Amino acid sequence: MKNSKTHKIRWSLIIFITPVLLWLFLLIVFPQLELLKMSFFGTGLPGKANFTFANYAAFFTEPIYWLTFVRTALYSITVTLLVLAISLPLTFYITKIAKIQTQGFLTVVVLIPFWISELIQVYGWMILLRESGILNKFLLSLGIFKQPHELLYNNVTMLMGLVYISMLFMIVPLIGVMQSLDDSLIEAAYDLGAKKITIWKKIIIPYVTPGIMSGSILVFMLVLGSYLTPKLMGGKNALWFTEQIYNSMIIYFNWNQGAAFGFLLLLLSSLIIFVALKITRQDFRKVIK
Amino acid sequence: MQIALSVKNLTKKFGDFTAVNNISFDVEDGKFFSILGPSGCGKTTLLRMIAGFHKPTSGIIELRGKNVIEVEPNKRPVNLVFQNLALFPMMNVFENIAFGLRRRNEKGQVVTSKVSEMLERVGLPGYEKKEINQLSGGQKQRVAIARALVLKPTVLLLDEPLGALDAKLREHMKVELKKLQAQVGTTFVYITHDQSEAMVMSDHVAVMNSGHFEQLDTPQNLYNSPASSFVAQFVGNNNKFIVGLQKDESGNFYATTPEGGKFLLAEPFDIESDTTFEMYVRPEAMIINPDIDDKTINVLKADVKALLFDGGNSRLLVVPENSDMELIVALPQNHQFDYIKAKDKIRVGWHPKSAVCFKRSEEKIYEEF
Repeated sequence: MKNSKTHKIRWSLIIFITPVLLWLFLLIVFPQLELLKMSFFGTGLPGKANFTFANYAAFFTEPIYWLTFVRTALYSITVTLLVLAISLPLTFYITKIAKIQTQGFLTVVVLIPFWISELIQVYGWMILLRESGILNKFLLSLGIFKQPHELLYNNVTMLMGLVYISMLFMIVPLIGVMQSLDDSLIEAAYDLGAKKITIWKKIIIPYVTPGIMSGSILVFMLVLGSYLTPKLMGGKNALWFTEQIYNSMIIYFNWNQGAAFGFLLLLLSSLIIFVALKITRQDFRKVIK
Repeated sequence: MQIALSVKNLTKKFGDFTAVNNISFDVEDGKFFSILGPSGCGKTTLLRMIAGFHKPTSGIIELRGKNVIEVEPNKRPVNLVFQNLALFPMMNVFENIAFGLRRRNEKGQVVTSKVSEMLERVGLPGYEKKEINQLSGGQKQRVAIARALVLKPTVLLLDEPLGALDAKLREHMKVELKKLQAQVGTTFVYITHDQSEAMVMSDHVAVMNSGHFEQLDTPQNLYNSPASSFVAQFVGNNNKFIVGLQKDESGNFYATTPEGGKFLLAEPFDIESDTTFEMYVRPEAMIINPDIDDKTINVLKADVKALLFDGGNSRLLVVPENSDMELIVALPQNHQFDYIKAKDKIRVGWHPKSAVCFKRSEEKIYEEF
């Protein structure tokens, strides 16, 4: 009797876990292992290519590659900080200042734009900002612009677009921790003589730091690995590291080089997150909870 | 004696609802003042107005003679101990207590010595390095009080801080808090719904009900001569009789029950015709089987319905003859009444001085059973 019961549990476990494992191994682990292998071989016919570190070395010896990475990383950090600067007061307002009846409504309003795909969101911005776009027409009719200006294809627009598409991933974890912050902690600090800025610095931010870190990791990884937005909104001379991977693989047809760049991106971004966690003295296990 | 806190005609309205209705009172320097009332009576609103978290609709709050209505909470010389204590979980005990001092730009050795002195005062010497989640309920309590007291406020406000503790610890903390207050000499304003907390600790207690004070007096006076039927029911336990009043030829006043009981009263009353009164007699004022020859005592024959044993707080539940009301009678545990069993017939008496009477009011604190 007992035996058959344990068998049943095992069967249900196998039924549920098999699709997950198949998905994980067939679609993620095996292709990645293949790419990893590829990144250590030179170009040439299969079986004839030699084992080499040249693909990795290229990243460090060719300034264009590592400069693109540095630029991408710096922009991603900037976007993360901008998203944080907007999300902190926004989530504070939604969870602590807005009336309970309007909180749900405000959260939905913030989340609705993300039901639309990234591509459509970016095209939306392009309709708004291009030379013949809505904003230009509006400013011309007001007489602020004497002639149409191209508002797209510069770094500021690109930053704005990246902030816009990644905001959700900061707001959702932040709303969670912000809601669990007891109002009386803020009142207690106020009562003990703290100014508003001190309350933010000493109470609110330390309390929501796990949420800030998990949101920041999501936003940073998303922005670092994004391809569409920098390509469409950033213009020709705004090179993103993902474009280097794309160029290597598709334009130069050098999959080995592209694979090496892909793994460098993974390693370097993990390194940046590791350093950020160390600086803020956060525990990764606590952050991903 | 200097007045530390003076509240004049304070009113707070939330829309149509009046939470605090035209309250005035003074608290002398160094006194322990309690506001006692059921939940929803407006006591927390009143306290939060004194702390500065609510702006009054009208009225004045003075601290040492200075009107502080326009002063922000972070500038007011009052500090609040929160109901849930609100200790900062991201800081240790030292940082929690030093928080207010740091905001006053006090630094280094001064802060360290003030914090350790305060910790010693509340009986937690050497606890500086402990994290908040390492403390027990009673220790958190002390840290919360220390964090507010270290700033030497003109008035320390306490919002039911003992509510979360278990019964035994609460009893202990009551005494501790009273001792601490006497030691530091700071004026305490304490709000609670627990009449025993208010009575044990306070110099003066204000009994609050639906936005106003029913009575402001010493604990002894609240207990012995309640000013309204609300106070009589809320402070301590009481038996309630619905009675009519009569006066005989010799000028004595009597309370008469519908069942035909006639009880002598100690004080004269203004008797209007057809007015119903409520007479209250405390369970502990009841005498079980009093001396038959003592004619000064009011006596009632009753059946014992149940023995409610609760140690030193044991009681008898009795039903007077020809009546369906229930009375509670205190049952001393000194073996004198060991012979009383359920379904026995006994006599219950009380001295006329023990009874108080009020005009019948429709107000009920709890569902009458």
